[in-house]
Amino acid sequence: MNEVHAAANAAQAAHGAAAFDPFIFAFTVFVLAVFIGYHVVWNVTPALHTPLMSLTNAISSIIIVGAILASGPLELNLATVLGLFAVGLVSVNIFGGFMVTQRMLAMFKKRR
Amino acid sequence: MISANMVAMAYLLAAVLLILALKGLSSPESARRGNVFGMIGMVIAVLVTLQLSQIHNYWWIFASMAAGGVFGMFVAKKIPMTHMPQLVAAMHSLVGLAAVLIAVSAFYNPEGYGIAAAAGGLKVSSRIELFLGTFIGAITFTASIIAFSKLQGLISGKPLVFKGQHPLNLVLGIVMIGSGIGFCITQAWVPFLVMLGIALVLGVLLIVPIGGADMPVIVSMLNSYSGWAAAGIGFTLENNMLIIAGALVGSSGAILSFIMTRAMNRSLFNVLLGGFGGEGGAPSAGAPAAQRPYKSGSAEDAAFLLSNARSVIIVPGYGLAVARAQHVLKEMVDALIKQGVQVRFAIHPVAGRMPGHMNVLLAEADVPYDLVEEMDEINAEFADTDVALVIGANDVTNPAAKTDPSSPIYGMPVLDVAKAEHVVFIKRSLSPGYAGLDNDLFYMDKTMMLFSDAKKACEAILQAL
Repeated sequence: MNEVHAAANAAQAAHGAAAFDPFIFAFTVFVLAVFIGYHVVWNVTPALHTPLMSLTNAISSIIIVGAILASGPLELNLATVLGLFAVGLVSVNIFGGFMVTQRMLAMFKKRR
Repeated sequence: MISANMVAMAYLLAAVLLILALKGLSSPESARRGNVFGMIGMVIAVLVTLQLSQIHNYWWIFASMAAGGVFGMFVAKKIPMTHMPQLVAAMHSLVGLAAVLIAVSAFYNPEGYGIAAAAGGLKVSSRIELFLGTFIGAITFTASIIAFSKLQGLISGKPLVFKGQHPLNLVLGIVMIGSGIGFCITQAWVPFLVMLGIALVLGVLLIVPIGGADMPVIVSMLNSYSGWAAAGIGFTLENNMLIIAGALVGSSGAILSFIMTRAMNRSLFNVLLGGFGGEGGAPSAGAPAAQRPYKSGSAEDAAFLLSNARSVIIVPGYGLAVARAQHVLKEMVDALIKQGVQVRFAIHPVAGRMPGHMNVLLAEADVPYDLVEEMDEINAEFADTDVALVIGANDVTNPAAKTDPSSPIYGMPVLDVAKAEHVVFIKRSLSPGYAGLDNDLFYMDKTMMLFSDAKKACEAILQAL
């Protein structure tokens, strides 16, 4: 009797594990990343808050991944044209953001 | 082409590198290396995406990247450091617009993203994510354009308030969410476009009532929004790297907004309601100010005071950035140090128009960063200082924040400039600060007002030293 029960439980557990929505997995990653961001950013020295903003600007331009996917198909239609336009926009941010951050950070020097 | 597992691992590596990039910013020494980690992470992410089997349109993609990249590098090279707040606001708007474009594209052609439902159209979860990503992106886009225009001086930095502003925003917000829900149910273009249109308008309406000096909060908040928009796109594409990067940026901007509002002793809600520093703030202390006696002096007087001091603390504010006086200020500081004067800088968290604005300006002028102290580090030292030199700052030194419970800035942490033996204010006029408040410091016996543009004043003091 007990064995049957245990087997049913196991089956149910296995079924449950297989059925959860991929959104839950993504959401888990999201929540953990917010915690990482929270701890990492509180450690940023206030003197570097401006470079932090230009760098995070470049980082949020990681959506270039989405823009490239949108521009992927060979036929040019509304979807690909919008995607290509987005690639151009975030490229401004990626190149500009990392470079201006580098330029600012190069200025921070210690007393000689 | 590499396997799907390899792709996921490469994206994970890129995400870790982006985290390390932020971690580097804990000190100036590690920051440069961190920035390189960030670049490597980005390159990995782009290369891995480009080699996916569904990407065919290489030449067009390269052309777009090259066009955007060249423009971005040109701007990054040329932009003066005084214009960083505008630049950051402009970049936020690009992220917002890109998020909108990607969302529209995904809605138009869901197969391209692998998010099409079996029955055609979009999965319900994708519709919700698309809705969130689109409206956050759209608000970020137009709100950042307004913030940029205010910072660049294209439109007045004064808050624009009108009757029924907040009810109007509320109604628009409700209609926007309503049409968003409509889109999630019907997946039709009409509610989608209505939602998008209202979000674009809302972005404008939310920022126009907010004054120029509240921009540090707004720029930080938009920084946060651009991150959430990126995370939204990440949910749509079911891409963990985008979700991680977006969450990092989102929480970063949120923390910066919190630090800024805390430094102003206001709530984010209070800042967002806007109107602060407009006509409404003036009547509290404005009228009797004109009659009060004050001492004003020449640049020579200031030079005399400074060169006879043992220790000097300089408090820079937005006026320094406006006058672009940081380089001549640095020369002046060098001359003082040569005469054996101990010189340090005190930075209030909301000095300038964005977090860390003053630090970057001083770094640009080659001021070593170990001379530049944060408010909490240096506030106790004013009592032991001969001369506090305030350049283009006002509200952040106002003792009323500590002593006058009726003051609108009561409770805001301020620099204890009044505790120094002498105070020199370089200011263009006696006009009240951004908060529309008079500053009792101007009328104290130990205070000398030097009425001048920050740059001209520093030049004149340097001459006299």
